[in-house]
Amino acid sequence: MTDYLIKNGFVFDPVQGINGDKVDVAIKDGKIVDAGDVTNPTIIDATGMTVMAAAVDIHAHVAGPKVNMGRNFRPEDKLFNCTAGSGMKRMEGGFSVPTVLRTAYLYARMGFGFSMEAAMPPLYARHTHEEIRDTPIIDQGALPVFGNNWFVLEYLKENEIENTAAYIAWLLNQTKGFGVKCVNPGGTESWGWGLNCETVDDVVPYFDVTPRQIVSGLIEANEYLGLPHCMHVHGNSLGEPGNYGITLDTLKIAEGVKPQNDFGREVVLHNTHLQFHCYGGESYASKSFESKSKEVVNYINSVDNISYDLGVVTLDETTTMTADGPFEHHLSHMNNLKWANTDVELETGSGIVPFIYNPKTFIAGAQWAIGLECGLFIKDPMRAYITTDAPNAGPLCRYPRVYKWLMSAKARDDMLDNTLKYGDKIRERCYIGELDREISLYELAMMTRAGPAKTLGLSHMFGSLKPGLEGDVAVYPYNPETDTDDPEKIEYAFGNAAYLIKGGKLIVKEGEIVDMGNKRTFWVNAKVNENPMVERDISEKFRRYYTVTQNNYTVEGPHFVPNPYVIEVDATK
Amino acid sequence: MAKIVTDVVCPFCGTLCDDLEVALSDDGKEILEVYNACAIGATKFLHSQASDRLTRPQKKQEDGSWKEVTYDEAADYTAKMLVDAKKPLMYGWSSTSCSAQGVGAEIGEEVGACMDNTATVCHGSTLIAVQDVGVPSATLGEIANRADRVVFWGCNPAHAHPRHMSRYSIFPRGFFTGKGSKSRQMIVVDPRNTDTAKMADVHLQLEQGHDYELLSAIRVAIRGEKLPDVVAGISKEQIYEVADTLKSGRFAVIFFGMGVTHSLGKNHNIDIAISVTRDLNDYTKAAIVPMRGHYNVTGSGQVWGWQFGFPFCLDLTRGFARYNPGDSSSNDLLVRDELDAVFVLGSDPGAHFPVRSVKKIAQLPSVCIDPHITPTSAVSKMHVPVAFVGVEVGGCAYRMDNVPIETKKVVEPPEGMLTDEEFLQLVLNRVRELKGAA
Ligand code: SF4
Ligand SMILES: [Zn+2]
Repeated sequence: MTDYLIKNGFVFDPVQGINGDKVDVAIKDGKIVDAGDVTNPTIIDATGMTVMAAAVDIHAHVAGPKVNMGRNFRPEDKLFNCTAGSGMKRMEGGFSVPTVLRTAYLYARMGFGFSMEAAMPPLYARHTHEEIRDTPIIDQGALPVFGNNWFVLEYLKENEIENTAAYIAWLLNQTKGFGVKCVNPGGTESWGWGLNCETVDDVVPYFDVTPRQIVSGLIEANEYLGLPHCMHVHGNSLGEPGNYGITLDTLKIAEGVKPQNDFGREVVLHNTHLQFHCYGGESYASKSFESKSKEVVNYINSVDNISYDLGVVTLDETTTMTADGPFEHHLSHMNNLKWANTDVELETGSGIVPFIYNPKTFIAGAQWAIGLECGLFIKDPMRAYITTDAPNAGPLCRYPRVYKWLMSAKARDDMLDNTLKYGDKIRERCYIGELDREISLYELAMMTRAGPAKTLGLSHMFGSLKPGLEGDVAVYPYNPETDTDDPEKIEYAFGNAAYLIKGGKLIVKEGEIVDMGNKRTFWVNAKVNENPMVERDISEKFRRYYTVTQNNYTVEGPHFVPNPYVIEVDATK
Repeated sequence: MAKIVTDVVCPFCGTLCDDLEVALSDDGKEILEVYNACAIGATKFLHSQASDRLTRPQKKQEDGSWKEVTYDEAADYTAKMLVDAKKPLMYGWSSTSCSAQGVGAEIGEEVGACMDNTATVCHGSTLIAVQDVGVPSATLGEIANRADRVVFWGCNPAHAHPRHMSRYSIFPRGFFTGKGSKSRQMIVVDPRNTDTAKMADVHLQLEQGHDYELLSAIRVAIRGEKLPDVVAGISKEQIYEVADTLKSGRFAVIFFGMGVTHSLGKNHNIDIAISVTRDLNDYTKAAIVPMRGHYNVTGSGQVWGWQFGFPFCLDLTRGFARYNPGDSSSNDLLVRDELDAVFVLGSDPGAHFPVRSVKKIAQLPSVCIDPHITPTSAVSKMHVPVAFVGVEVGGCAYRMDNVPIETKKVVEPPEGMLTDEEFLQLVLNRVRELKGAA
């Protein structure tokens, strides 16, 4: 394997406290090493450029059944953007829901090394893994959804944490999943009857359990197992005016819970796409709707065991997709566009609706502002991660644009003054106008690398340039000393990495993709003590209520996970 | 003592039953008996064992006779045919595994082919309708556990999907449907008095080709608006009654088949059937599910979806993916004489395409990859028999509700026979060699 020495770049690595210093970064046998430890390395000249560990995406929808439904039912999303293969690259297509190949190339060009697929319906795990397998270059994992699963609902009604944990361990193993995702707890099961759970204390029909019990129980079970990642929640009443109270209710469930894990993770709850959960007011009209990002982030600032990602609205035509079935139904009634839905037996559901965030409307502009506010109010950027909940609030390819808005007050003012029709109204109803903070490159590295890696329990591999970590390094054509004059340079640079080294392989060279890498699928194998009751419950449910046999449920074999990276967890003690 | 293999998946129809048990001879070489399958499913397993089965590729000679060739020769012929062609069609892909479909997609991309699957003569209109209006749906287990109103529209599962009603839709005692068929009202809409219709609580025997009108009338009735006395041969009283039955259920589901996808109106019929389902969701819970035919036609749309973004009618000839049913659909391409080679795998267009199209296939350079001798293989220039997917080799397949299930290998294929994926890999390698040399 070739050794590399990246010379003369401005390095940003918060884990090591390196803030723009000119440090050489060396890679040997796929790992970061001290600069003195490489012999005869290939030199990469990073003079005048920014060097960071490769980025880590904690939440994106890029593989699986609802993503593919988004592709197949929206041919219009591919109008004028299908491109031919060239060099090593195959054909690509799609804007808001790119094909797996475009997803991989996009991530590489943005300097990413790892991406977490945010919602895997267990029964469709094979599908998710087939897409992950066909997505080259980046490492990926997938979070199975648990918040509406019948086993979980039944166990948590009785607060049976140990049984819940045993079931989670079993399911992660069966589906080759990474951690615990919880989407609209209880609400999606209610949607099986066309209903919903709108607060944390609504009761799930028949199962007689509340979202509060589900969230609390899943957090406890997660820590009981000591999984690398914490419980990852998308709470009730996403997108509803006035929902911030429900968000605070959800966050407060974690109060006092301590992380238990061997991975250096410090939080017990990750609230995804916080932007959608920070709304005040009673309707979307500008006289009622208001931002509550400050209230919510202030609460998070006051505790130390919660992280979140932003979910910034990018003002594009996109495709929304979530396991929050009732929300998508509601959305389809708001915009009257096509609506796809799949309820999944015993487990979950999902909905997909195209959506246009129109900068000429008040509400889209306000959502844009709230997402950025969530990134600007944070005290400790190690707990706030930049996402667009791709493609829900905006397409994956817009990440660099979001960086620009966060890093430049000038770029935000330009939007408010020139692009958004209701800029003044938005300044009035949201906090964006009072925020002049500009995220620094050092903070950006926390919010896109060090932070998400830590919360995923992967800080021993990703997120920093410390010797011993994976040889994942991105070099961006951005000079922090001279390129500060024009925010557009930020957007350009972070969408066009000059170099990406992934696992010690040179993937992007002078802006061109030259290697398909050595893609791995991460999953977590948690060992628990034998639990005959849970085993019996599982075989009983398969016999009576599933339409596949228990033996045919297991995802196995090299054509689903050809190159696994298994993280072992021992919860037997 | 026979050996029993359990949890076997039936590679025949979109019902994709996964509870079959297969009894093997002591040496594990012969299939003796197939349990739990319906008659057509069992036949598929037992026929794979026919003694006169073709086990090597055959090339058609000038005089119409067949000559045995090696797999390498067959791969070379296929690769050359595809590379030389300006606009080859690669058709079928419904009766094979997703891995084979994946390799096929790479070949199609390399040679710039038009790629199409059997949806083109089956549920293609459904795929188009879903692109128009979406689709509120559910897995079959969701239906087994919840549905108390079940509609079969233009489909006859009693014959085409024999175990559908017992496994998923009518008879199962699910979590919320403990009384089995007594928990459910069954409505069949079909101009014919089919065996499925005979089982129904209500049979709407509409006039042939008037599906759109009747669906539209049901929408009107659901909204409580006025109807003419008779629509599509059905009295308004009966239409109101059916609308009430659907609205009063806790969970309604519509299954539909070729009777609506290919009768007058085509994708518009499906548009409005989906719209009925969408409307019902304002009153109760409702889902709609197409009765997909071949066991993995659904998977081929999925694989192409994540690789190219479209589920069928792919035109890769310009180097990037285009999708334009009516232009890039196989029959249109054939009839317009736009193709200069035809490659078929996992389908039998010789039996299912219009005669006009089949005649064109017969005139063109052509390769057919199929375990059986079929009307398609008979008109092709090269016939490559391969192992049976789901019997002699495993691989992933997607059920009609898109649930992916891994089919099983039960017995070895005859000595020296390749699987379709292995053969496609040979072709892909050869294509790359040829293109590298050019
Ligand atoms: S219903 Fe279909 S899948 Fe099931 S056994 Fe019969 S042919 Fe096979
Ligand atoms: Zn999400």
